[in-house]
Amino acid sequence: MANIAVVDYGMGNLRSVAKALEHVAPESSVIVTANAEELGKADRIVFPGQGAMPDCMREVDVRGLREPLLEAAACKPFLGLCIGLQMLFEHSEEGDIEGLGILPGRVVRFPAERMQDGAGNKLKVPHMGWNNVYQKQSHPMWDGIDDGSQFYFVHSFYVEPSDPAIAAGETHYPFAFTCAAARNNIFAVQFHPEKSQSTGLRLLSNFVRWSGSTDAPADKAARTAIV
Amino acid sequence: MGLSKRIIPCLDVTGGRVVKGVNFVGLRDAGDPVEIARRYDQQGADELCFLDITASSDDRGLIIQVIEDVASQVFIPLTVGGGVREVNDVRRLLNAGADKVSINTAAVLNPALVSNAAGRVGSQCIVVAIDARRIVDSSPLRWEVFTHGGRKPTGIDAIEWGRRMQDAGAGEILLTSMDRDGTREGFDLELTRAFSDSLDVPIIASGGVGGLQDFVNGVQAGGADALLAASVFHYSELTVGEVKQSLADSGVEVRV
Repeated sequence: MANIAVVDYGMGNLRSVAKALEHVAPESSVIVTANAEELGKADRIVFPGQGAMPDCMREVDVRGLREPLLEAAACKPFLGLCIGLQMLFEHSEEGDIEGLGILPGRVVRFPAERMQDGAGNKLKVPHMGWNNVYQKQSHPMWDGIDDGSQFYFVHSFYVEPSDPAIAAGETHYPFAFTCAAARNNIFAVQFHPEKSQSTGLRLLSNFVRWSGSTDAPADKAARTAIV
Repeated sequence: MGLSKRIIPCLDVTGGRVVKGVNFVGLRDAGDPVEIARRYDQQGADELCFLDITASSDDRGLIIQVIEDVASQVFIPLTVGGGVREVNDVRRLLNAGADKVSINTAAVLNPALVSNAAGRVGSQCIVVAIDARRIVDSSPLRWEVFTHGGRKPTGIDAIEWGRRMQDAGAGEILLTSMDRDGTREGFDLELTRAFSDSLDVPIIASGGVGGLQDFVNGVQAGGADALLAASVFHYSELTVGEVKQSLADSGVEVRV
């Protein structure tokens, strides 16, 4: 029985993530935990995040989770969500702080002077709602998900990888930004699959079946509809 | 393609059941919250809004169970409002599976609640609901904030209040026109436009929807980022799918 750990560092709504994972993987055990030993034992790690990144980083450190996260991110299927994507990078403009430095690049704010659509309408920040995700590489995590599918976003900052090879998906608001990053056993997204209806559930379902390798196709079982 | 305009059906909940009524009068049972939420989800709703209209504090806990049940089966964002008074209420609702919590009267009585809650759980979880009514003969047009379900005037200018709530950490504004609510004459487009132009956070327009064109106007004339409606969906006069089709036909980006 696969064991999926959702990292709990006291920020935001982990309940939605756990419920969605339970829905797509009824045969797995889903635990929400801040316990380093449990994270060490888990087969897969989901690293969610909500709120402000400085608060999230502080809570990760207060709970002694930095080392367990670095270890997990080095070896087992690891899914970052929202701030859980941003924290993997080296630096964030939000609070001018260091991230975990697992992926190369930085986190920046949507620049006020660029927030206009083609018709001159003001674009709001946070970027909140459903937007298209364009796949930048083939990856087992995209299995069964159409290129350009819509996912639910809520964020005011986005990641700028310094290595373009890790960009796995992009979204336009109004310019293209990286909304999914992938390297080896790590896949992380800016949007909320747990709130993105059947498409989001499909992504989570791909994750619970993913070997952690970028070239192996997801298990054929994932091809059957989940919802 | 870009960010879609959101369609948000609103469900009034009391005693663990969804109810229908006009201006809170003549409430009648309209069914099981999970069943109705699933129906809207299948129709393509982008989010759902639950308004707890429970009068008695004894029954307050029932909304928690409703949210738990819905959140286990419906995987789109859920906003819950009604009776939120302190940061603990916010946390309890989020822990039950809500994604955002809407604060209305309590924000006026205690503006620090919004900044405290946003500081604790993040702005993305905090919606400030503003019930606004036109100030008669005001020029330029002005609107006043009302509380307690639109019954109590506050003397506060609605736009000023919206800005203040944005600065306090509101992630979006749920804007209801008390003049239009229940009239089926369409959103107050001037109110919606004034908010949309004055604020940087998304605006959810609410109050007054009667037909398909009202949704189109809310986006195109009002500049709304999201559109909320209750009765047209409850009474099955329109489905979410029909509304989205009509928006798409008018060139508005929607999730299909």
